[in-house]
Amino acid sequence: MVIPLSWYLILAAALFSIGFFGVLARRNAVAVLMGVELMLNAVNINLLAFWRAIHPAELTGQIFAIFVLTVAAAEAAVGLALIISIYRSRRTIQVDALDLMKG
Amino acid sequence: MPLLFAALALIALVGAAGVLLSRNPVYSALSLLLNFVAFAVMYVMLSAQFLGVVQIIVYAGAIVVLFLFVVMLIGGNLPALGRGRRAYVRAAGVILAALFLLALLFGLARPLPNGLAAVGAPDGGSVQALGLALYVDHIVPFELASILLLTAMLGGIVLARRYQAPPKD
Amino acid sequence: MSLPTLDFSLILPELVVLITALLVLIADLLWPRAASRGREQAPAVLALAGLILAGLLTLLAGEWSGATLQGMLVADALARYLNLVVLLAAALGLLLSWSYLPHFSTQRSEYYALYLLAVAGMLFLGKSIELITLFVSLEILSIALYVLTGFHRGQLAGGEAALKYFLLGAFSSGFLLYGAALFYAATGATRLADIAAQNAGGFYMLAGLALFLVGLGFKLAVAPFHMWAPDAYQGAPTPVTAFMSVGTKAAALVALFRVVQAAGSVPVGVWATALAFLSLLTMTLGNLAALRQSSLKRMLAYSSIAHAGYLLVGVVAGTAAGFDAVLFYLFAYAFMNIGAFAIASLLERPGFYAVQDAGIHAADGLFGRRPWLAVAMAMFMLSLAGIPPLAGFFGKLYLFAAAVESGWAWLAVAGVLNSVISAYYYLRVVVGMFMAEPSASAHLRLPLPASATLAVALTALGTLLFGLLATPWFQGISR
Repeated sequence: MVIPLSWYLILAAALFSIGFFGVLARRNAVAVLMGVELMLNAVNINLLAFWRAIHPAELTGQIFAIFVLTVAAAEAAVGLALIISIYRSRRTIQVDALDLMKG
Repeated sequence: MPLLFAALALIALVGAAGVLLSRNPVYSALSLLLNFVAFAVMYVMLSAQFLGVVQIIVYAGAIVVLFLFVVMLIGGNLPALGRGRRAYVRAAGVILAALFLLALLFGLARPLPNGLAAVGAPDGGSVQALGLALYVDHIVPFELASILLLTAMLGGIVLARRYQAPPKD
Repeated sequence: MSLPTLDFSLILPELVVLITALLVLIADLLWPRAASRGREQAPAVLALAGLILAGLLTLLAGEWSGATLQGMLVADALARYLNLVVLLAAALGLLLSWSYLPHFSTQRSEYYALYLLAVAGMLFLGKSIELITLFVSLEILSIALYVLTGFHRGQLAGGEAALKYFLLGAFSSGFLLYGAALFYAATGATRLADIAAQNAGGFYMLAGLALFLVGLGFKLAVAPFHMWAPDAYQGAPTPVTAFMSVGTKAAALVALFRVVQAAGSVPVGVWATALAFLSLLTMTLGNLAALRQSSLKRMLAYSSIAHAGYLLVGVVAGTAAGFDAVLFYLFAYAFMNIGAFAIASLLERPGFYAVQDAGIHAADGLFGRRPWLAVAMAMFMLSLAGIPPLAGFFGKLYLFAAAVESGWAWLAVAGVLNSVISAYYYLRVVVGMFMAEPSASAHLRLPLPASATLAVALTALGTLLFGLLATPWFQGISR
């Protein structure tokens, strides 16, 4: 039995909204980034479902999904590097503030 | 098949909920992994086998590992956003997300513009067809993606290196 | 099967920028810094040369005919003007970076390489006529700008700004992609021309366009999606702020224009009304918030949000004249806004760990200290406020005239009222420079590096000439 397209779309919409909520509601930067990843994945399942159900003749949907995946990976790498950088600079700044007090 | 789909959808939703609800970021990352793997199986069900494999390699193999690395590296000191994320912001988040979901569901329940074609059985998932589409038809965005990766790599290196203040003169 | 043959001459300026970025990256290896102190600025020189070469190639190539690279990138008149605006803004921002960067970072090659990559992303975005290409270009410029925003890593504000910018930027990418997926569902195409040709209607196109607008709205800092902008603009190194506040807006506006044109099946009234309200909200919120700022840079950040609102007026008008006005205003905006940020950067006091923001009173008494600088700043402020005969006045005139012509008189009236509100905070700076006593810290010598002086002179000249010669310029654009 073939699964109707709408099932995929509803699942994707639900996951996108969960990610959306995560971005708005979580304070922790890493958790927010995970929310974004959920959203991008939801888009991917949409793209693949649309490709399979409506436009199977050309592979555009799959190609688009590959690019989304690439960008998601790039964004995760830069975002996590940014988080590490902030963590470090916050520490150094606190250490230096102590040095200033001494001086 | 519907049973498999239902099971996978349930796993994906549980994973997504786990990402949001667990206090411990390690559990969040593992829930994310659960979600990604469920998706990978679903891609295979949609006859996008290549993407299913790539999903496992890139998301499960690289991104989740990256998340885990960072979480373990900096432990409980994850940077928090905004000093004043109070209850009403969360409430607004719930309401906005719920409204968005309702709007999408409302729209998706309607018929598709071109009429819902029956699901074909393309040979489209094969790696050869995909390679042709990627390297011939979509060579331009493919090349741009290489620039994107260069940018991200450079950015990652810049940010991850220790900061050295310039000498004062 | 045969591999495609691509006519790379269509993207020659972009290739020049990219190759320069790669050269800049290895400049450190070619000239080890410690060995030769005189060559510290080699990356900056190279980068500037690349930008100028790309600009010359764009200028000398004559009319761009609209030939496409596989239907993904197009070299048309719109892209040509965008190229010029972005390269101009980039070159001016680079002149500012020249003396500013050494205050807080030793990573010159990395900075200029990322800067050029951001430029390349903007240029590609302006040429994109396909959704995947558009998305990847947008991400190139975004990722490069996230890093540049947080480039001053000794300072917490920079990191915070970059993190906010990054998280909201990535968030907005999700919306943009959902929109693109719905376009794909409705038409089966990702090329804008094919999407337009399908003429599909219905919920998918409408929702797709709405989500796309949200995604681009974030990048454009259009209210209510502007939350990141004041922090990012304030926390970023000032030259980066100057460059990105112009370049990103320009490129994203061109992309917005192309997408809106392609989604022709969505009734014009629907998206134009939505954009009109966004525009109204953006300029009003931007101006009202700018009134209350105590930091010069943050005030300029809010002013930049308000200007996104004015620029949208031209897109709302939906006519060719409307978008010509947008292009003209972008040129004018590049001069006056970068000029204003240039002076704000000169008034900052670079410290070891933090570059202190110039307060709203930092310019007080500037006329007594540096008369020419004060005159230039007065020109930028008056031009931003839209006072004749400067460039900003004519930009607004063309924008609002185009809006009235296509039946958006109320939006034009709102724009004029907003300009009146904005005049208050711009004029306050001018009055302070000429009338007020210098603030306490102003006994310090105000250093005036040659490169930044050149940038101020060029922007002041541009602000004046674009005003005095507005009519021939505008005719040149609309031809």
